[in-house]
Amino acid sequence: MNFYKNIVLPIHDWVDYRLPVFSYVRKNLVDYPTPKNLNYWWNFGALLGITLMTMIITGIFLAFNYTPHTELAFASVEHLMRDVNYGWLIRFMHSSGASMFFILVYIHMFRSLYFGSFKAPRELLWIIGVAIYLAMMATAFMGYVLPWGQMSYWGATVITSLFSAIPIVGDSLVTWIWGGFVIGDNTLMRFFVVHYLMPMIIVLLVFFHLWALHSHHSNNPLGVDMKTPADSIPFHPYYTIKDLLGLGVFLTFYLTFVFFAPDYFGHPDNYVEANPLVTPAHIVPEWYFLPFYAILRSIDDKLLGVIAMFSAVSILFVLPWLDRGRVRSAKFRPIYRQFFWLFVADCFLLGYIGAQSAVEPFVTIGRLAAAYYFAHFLIIIPLVAKFERPLEPPESISAGVLEAQLKSKTAEPAAQLQGAE
Amino acid sequence: MNDQADDNKEIVDESPNRRDFLQIATYTVGGVGAGMAVWPLVDSINPPADVLSLASSEIDISSIKVGQSVTVMWRGRPVFVRHRTDTEIKEARAVPLDSLPDPASDEERTQKAEWLIMVGVCTHLGCIPNGQRETDPKGDFNGWFCPCHGSHYDSAGRIRKGPAPTNLEVPPYQFLDDTTVKIG
Ligand code: HEM
Ligand code: FES
Repeated sequence: MNFYKNIVLPIHDWVDYRLPVFSYVRKNLVDYPTPKNLNYWWNFGALLGITLMTMIITGIFLAFNYTPHTELAFASVEHLMRDVNYGWLIRFMHSSGASMFFILVYIHMFRSLYFGSFKAPRELLWIIGVAIYLAMMATAFMGYVLPWGQMSYWGATVITSLFSAIPIVGDSLVTWIWGGFVIGDNTLMRFFVVHYLMPMIIVLLVFFHLWALHSHHSNNPLGVDMKTPADSIPFHPYYTIKDLLGLGVFLTFYLTFVFFAPDYFGHPDNYVEANPLVTPAHIVPEWYFLPFYAILRSIDDKLLGVIAMFSAVSILFVLPWLDRGRVRSAKFRPIYRQFFWLFVADCFLLGYIGAQSAVEPFVTIGRLAAAYYFAHFLIIIPLVAKFERPLEPPESISAGVLEAQLKSKTAEPAAQLQGAE
Repeated sequence: MNDQADDNKEIVDESPNRRDFLQIATYTVGGVGAGMAVWPLVDSINPPADVLSLASSEIDISSIKVGQSVTVMWRGRPVFVRHRTDTEIKEARAVPLDSLPDPASDEERTQKAEWLIMVGVCTHLGCIPNGQRETDPKGDFNGWFCPCHGSHYDSAGRIRKGPAPTNLEVPPYQFLDDTTVKIG
């Protein structure tokens, strides 16, 4: 008796007829037609999905041992680190994991900027992405408050106080968020609940993200659409194996921090329990917020500073309408390509400034860098889209790939490829 | 891709080939890796070090009179300490062992005949049997009676009647001197 034929297959068919989960997986993860020329920059979405799962699972196990109470939170985390079996590992995977998540998401986003993946028909895919990014920032911020160290407490105070800049209702809004007149028990409890809730919302958003992605398929380094079957290869085994290799490299990077430098992304002040009467000498946000923190500080007016900071993120929502250029990939956009790299450099510069104290020359440099950030979106991108003369992209992915092969010095692989087609 | 695989099948016979080997190796490494990643999570649910370290309690028994019981805590669970009367000791020692559901002699269960020390958790489903207070029902065998599903324990804490499978557990303990016992 054949086990597969007589048992597995009938069950598979019975279920699939009533609820086509297996066909769905086959359609979207196995046979799914994928551009044949994706490079490693297209690994990062899959890595983000895996990291999201890692964060949720380690988070659940952290929550088994966490107490959201001002008197007990810090001690419960120390207890986790010292007494719970592998508690240190679970915590460090979660805390370093948060930084990994942002490294991955920034690469993922810059990838989309470079190859024009935000352009039609992928605007909603991009917009959902920005919503995910916002949700990630909120989640990370609230998570950082939970261990109830000095940085948790004062970071939370500063960030929530941003809302007090809103005219008229600002102060009552902050009191409402806090559930009191300072950050206290009520704040900690609601932050814990929301921190646990947000990842579930992110999962939902990722579902829509992928739905949008699979409706028009992945963009690719050439930025031209898939036209014939010759332009695509099935997702499995080609990209499953490519993603698996990327996962191996990523895990090596990630776990090196977990095992050998677990506090690298943290701040020593957060090993001091929160003290509402003493503010630490330097309060800095987590590294992934630094560019926005620099933008906040670059304006002396409280309200305008807050508006600038929120606009810096929100401007991403309208990017597809700021860049009306027809050609997607920066490969064929000689001018845009240069401004892209300038923009990347500007983001790093803002990050650096965000980590410095607010003294000269950092203040002036920060102002210029912040101004350039907005100029990139509001002036440079629309003008380049209008006046740049892009190179003519290849007719199809296959044509582009073939051309590249022929151009490379060794003629042999190209000959092989021609033979195969 | 599928065409290619089919072609291969025609050429290559059924015996395992290079690709089978690579596939099995990948699944094995992946499986072992997943197992190693899951273990810390599973183990984190086990009792943590601080719980394990609450291992022993010392108690002063000098004020417990004959016929009295006290309940003390050991590892978060109640321990019954009873200063038994002569009648109770005699009753407990008179029972023929082969009439017991979980045979154990009273001598095995006590270090000093007048002191009975045992974990006060019913071996059925974990309730705390009555019988510590003078006014409690003590069951048909003058010991303890579990109200949850009606287990009767005798004056040596042995199960005599009811659903509990075994006698009340005797914890490790030691008389440090005539008036102090260390449990655990
Ligand atoms: C939890 C976070 C996220 C997850 C799990 C996720 C997942 C994915 C996956 C699996 C893909 C396909 C593979 C790839 O192109 O790398 C993808 C594509 C894409 N993502 Fe994300 N993503 C996340 C966040 C974001 C964010 C924050 C943005 C932008 C603000 C974004 C924008 C895009 C775009 C535009 C594409 C299409 C790329 C193309 O086809 O060239 N994603 N995402
Ligand atoms: S728990 Fe004691 S009889 Fe069931």
